Amino acid sequence: MSFKATARESGGATVVDLSGRITLGEGSAMLREMIRDLLNKGQKRIILNLGDVNYIDSSGIGELVSGFTTVKGRGGEMKLLHLTKKVHDLLQITKLYTVFDVHSDEDTAVRSFH
Amino acid sequence: MTCPAPLCYPYGAFPVPLNGRMSSETKRIEVTLETLTDSVALAEAIALRIAGAAGFSEDDSHKISMSVREGMINAVQYGNGQQRDKKIVLTFELTPEKLVIHVLDQGPGFNLADVPDPLAEENLLKTSGRGIFLMRAFMDEFDVLRGREGGAEVVMAKRYPASRNSDPGDNPGSARRE
Repeated sequence: MSFKATARESGGATVVDLSGRITLGEGSAMLREMIRDLLNKGQKRIILNLGDVNYIDSSGIGELVSGFTTVKGRGGEMKLLHLTKKVHDLLQITKLYTVFDVHSDEDTAVRSFH
Repeated sequence: MTCPAPLCYPYGAFPVPLNGRMSSETKRIEVTLETLTDSVALAEAIALRIAGAAGFSEDDSHKISMSVREGMINAVQYGNGQQRDKKIVLTFELTPEKLVIHVLDQGPGFNLADVPDPLAEENLLKTSGRGIFLMRAFMDEFDVLRGREGGAEVVMAKRYPASRNSDPGDNPGSARRE
């Protein structure tokens, strides 16, 4: 399943629905460009919906970290929504689960922005 | 048998009949790959197929193929420095007890002790440096050696599941679901 990313507005935040793999050579570069474009458009409340992301490698993890720090550096916030088990387990063992603000419900994620 | 691309073994018939049963001899499969990003996905697909055919569960096959992916990323990006003319030799050894995987590059090599711990507080927000950690977490054995002719040689192994011999009806080439 090839990587896809679609942005939509939800309660003042931008939800990016991602699907496929976030890996070196597949989704990593596209995700980076998507986050950069959103920031350039002034959208600083970003939620990455990972519900349909079935695979992520170390490059993809690095891209999530990069997005998180880039958005924060521009005065925004990036949150994660609907982690699949594989992605959840990866973030757990890499100790990133507590670094990211992770949500299992979109409304809660939208309301969580300060 | 059919399987969705890119998870099929790319060279037609599978080279070794792996029926998930114990064999007293070691079977060896060696592939030489170019230093390309595409080689990473190819190596991952081969590993997934071999792990499934060797009798590993779907979950273990995922861990094995992801470890191969990480070993290949390391070889392509850091070992061979994305120089296409350099080669990566990927070897699978199916011993009676475990699947042993070697990823050999033509780079300068490195010492495992020099690799920063990605779980250290100061490294948590780094955007790279987790590949070796993931290989160590997913495999039973892991080491990095100096290749006989230079380069780094990642060596990692996964022991076969205990149930491997008890089901002679395994479907060759499929990861068993547990």
